[in-house]
Parts: sequence; structure tokens; C-alpha cells
Amino acid sequence: MKHARIAWGGAVRSAIATGSGLRLTDGTVLAEEQAVWLPPVQPGTIIALGINYADHKKELAKELTIGAKDEPLAFLKGPNALVGHRGRTHRPADAAFMHYECELAVVIGKYAKRVKRADALKHVAGYTIANDYAVRDYLENWYRPNLRVKNRDGATALGPWLVDAADVPDPQDLSLRTFVNGELKQQGHTRDLIDDVPALIEYLSSFMTLAPGDLILTGTPEGVVNVNPGDEVVCEIEGLGRLVNTIVSEGS
Amino acid sequence: MLSDALAWPRHAAWPEDRALAQWQRDGATALRAPPVGTAYGVLLNHCAALAALGDAVHAAPYKAPPRAPVLYIKPRNTFVGHGDTVPVPEGVDELEVGATLGIVIGREACRVGEADALACVAGYTVCNDVSVPHASFYRPSLRFKCRDGFLPMGPWVIAARHVADPDALAVRVHLDGRLVQQTSTAGMQRPVARLIADVSAFMTLAAGDLLMLGVAAGAPRARAGQRVRIEIDGIGALENPLVADGGA
Repeated sequence: MKHARIAWGGAVRSAIATGSGLRLTDGTVLAEEQAVWLPPVQPGTIIALGINYADHKKELAKELTIGAKDEPLAFLKGPNALVGHRGRTHRPADAAFMHYECELAVVIGKYAKRVKRADALKHVAGYTIANDYAVRDYLENWYRPNLRVKNRDGATALGPWLVDAADVPDPQDLSLRTFVNGELKQQGHTRDLIDDVPALIEYLSSFMTLAPGDLILTGTPEGVVNVNPGDEVVCEIEGLGRLVNTIVSEGS
Repeated sequence: MLSDALAWPRHAAWPEDRALAQWQRDGATALRAPPVGTAYGVLLNHCAALAALGDAVHAAPYKAPPRAPVLYIKPRNTFVGHGDTVPVPEGVDELEVGATLGIVIGREACRVGEADALACVAGYTVCNDVSVPHASFYRPSLRFKCRDGFLPMGPWVIAARHVADPDALAVRVHLDGRLVQQTSTAGMQRPVARLIADVSAFMTLAAGDLLMLGVAAGAPRARAGQRVRIEIDGIGALENPLVADGGA
């Protein structure tokens, strides 16, 4: 099932996305456009991965100083960063390079402490799509990528809905695509993840307890390009859906 | 908003608001961590801590000193209260004790000016921003900073109006009763108001969020079996024992 969180009729509601629209628990059915889409989970800890696709690593090779044996590059984000499906993301006026990042997002469903790879997927509630924008102008070499680059208000789109883990038989077999104004710009496949979903859960839970509602954004493949105000950015993951976001100028 | 000093007794449904003097008289046993939202730390805000790195800040991989505030997040699995134990991971000899003032946000802070920043503060608490000692600050390090129990805080939150100058508070760290570090909240590259202003320039701090001012140079280290006490004048004293963690 596809679980959405929406605002409608003056209240926050949960809804199931079906072929005929959004079905609320009281039976009301809405068209997609009638709802204000919220991030599908109220997040606990938001963990994000950098440079977790072999092809994207190659794309960034010129500026990288890390070797092949380094541990996963994980960083954290605050809830201020999230915005739902069909939301708007600001592009700072002074930025020269701001790009999207289409990512498979894992939602934890059970407490996970020192979980081994073989048991890792049992701790997943489901999956959704993240578009984790970065403003590269603000990169500094301290706790890189620093929060000024990656934790801007509303610069991580999440949604449209949470797909139950039971409906995603293999999270390592999903294709990802990003379209800017309808044009295909980014393409990848989760089989190319350097650290796959079970590996990430095993690694993270080896030193921190993961709790229901925690999110792991697994990183993005190659093909990131600059986006400008007015651009519509659509991130698509096979079997999960399409996450739509619009870039707006600051102050609009 | 707080009236005096708000604490969260472990076995009560609601927090208790008392005068600080009363809390101090009655003792601070069995209190939970203040229920904060997102906890943000600031790297190298203490001028002497940055200076201690010397010329390394201009060399690779940093190539330049930090410009904007360099933040990190301590996630919810790190939050523990006064008296709770801090696990020392297997294979780690010592943990770094990061004594710092915790600023509890009371009013949403988005692009606030320095002059208006203190009006966004609900109160202050004592934090121990624990780390596994590590030499490089190039990459964020969850493994060294985000382990379970690595952010003791409390014992209570003192209402901001009782703290005349948050940038001039004496900070002392004791290990098993012995004074090992004596610093203050002064000497920061960004004092409290300036820090809130500069952080809120690029991200919103929500009511309930915790912003830690920064750990002073020369942070002491402690071993399993030792008891850490951090005192901040006018705020309170936070005590936590370090215990060896059995697992990996």
C-alpha cells in the first residue's frame, strides 16, 4: 500500500493512494491536486549518504580525496529540510550551482541495534523517494558536506507516499530517473549502490540505535545538473512513484 | 514559556517548574533529559580551540578556516539525562568530555538579526557533547559523535531571563571530584546571539531545538568507571558516570 500524509479541509490526514485517487480513512476520495502533500513520515533521525553510487563517485573524482576503503560517508539532517510532494524549494539568489539528488529513502519500522546484514531488511517499514538538493557554492571542507549545503529549509523533498516494504521485494533492483522540465537528466540503478540498504542498516546500527520513523537517504547516482527558479524537477523510482518539486527564487 | 527552572522528573507525567534555588536545595535526582527537538552542535566555535589547530586549518584537506558556522547534529539516540550512564565503546580507551552551554530555542528563529536573537531563547541547560576522540574534521563522523548516550543534558532548563549574560558563565569539569578543566562561555568566535543569527541565516531553528554554543579548547578525556560532572555557573551541574559497553 501507498501511505500518504496530506493537509486537507483544515486538518492533517492520512490517506491511501489508489488508482482512482487519495482515499481518506473516512472513505472520502480526493484527486491528487486537491491535497497539500506533506512528507509521508514525521521523521525521527534523518541520515543521508554521500558518494554511495560508483558512477557518482567517478563524476566527483576530481574533487575527492577519499580512498576506496573509507567507511560510508553518512551525515545528518534536521526536520526543517523536509518538504512534501508538489512542494517548492528555494534557490538562494547568490548560488551558482544548486543540484537535485534523486535517492531511495528507507523508513525504519523497528528498533535496530547491532543488526546483522541478513536481518537488516526486517527492520524496514517501507520506502519513499527523496530529492536531496545541494547548494555547492557553500561547500566547506569541515564536516563536509556541511549543513549550509545540505540542511536548508525545504531543500529535501520527500514522497509522494510511503510504500510498504512488503510491496518492494528487492530494494537493490530499482531504477532511478530524474527529469528537469520533462527532460531526462539523471539515470541510475540501486544495484550500483556501494553500500546497499542491508549494509547501511548493519553499519549504522553497529554504533547507533535506529528507531521507527528514522530515515536513511541512500545517496544519488551520476547526472546532477544545475537547476533554476521555475524548473520542475521530477524524481522517479521504479515501483515507488514520482516525486514532483518546483524550484522558486528566494522570497517568492 | 518557562517561569523559572523546568525539570522533568523521571516518574512524573509533567515537568516541574521551580526556582533554581529550590532545585539546588532538593537535589537533582531522577530527572530525564529535557525533551528537546533537534540538537545542533557547532564545530570549533571557541577561538582557542580553532587556534589550537594552528596552520593545519590552511592545509589540505581543509585549505581554509571555517567561514559559516559548521554545524553537526546529535540525533535522538544520543539524548540522556542527569545521572544516566554514558557507554564507552569496546576498544576505546577514553572519551572526550565536551562541556558546553545548551541554548534551548523558544521561538522559531528564521533569519533573525543579532539584536533580536536572544528573544528567541527559552532558556539554557548544561550539555556534555561526548565524542570518541578523532583528529580529522573533514568528514562528518557519526561513528565518533552519534553513539547511543553521547549527549547527556540537564539537569534542568533555566529560563533565559534568569541568565543576565550567557556569554560570561564559568564552566568547570570534574572527574571523580577532581577539577580537570576550568573555562567559560566567553571567547567564542560567535557568542550566543551572533551564533543564532548566523545559523538562522541559512536554516530555521524551531521552538524546542537545542543549539550548543561550542566546546572549549583542551577538552578533557575520561575513562569507563569515572564520573563526569560539568558545572555552569547560574545554570546547574550535570553528572554522568561512564561505563564500559559490553557489546561491539
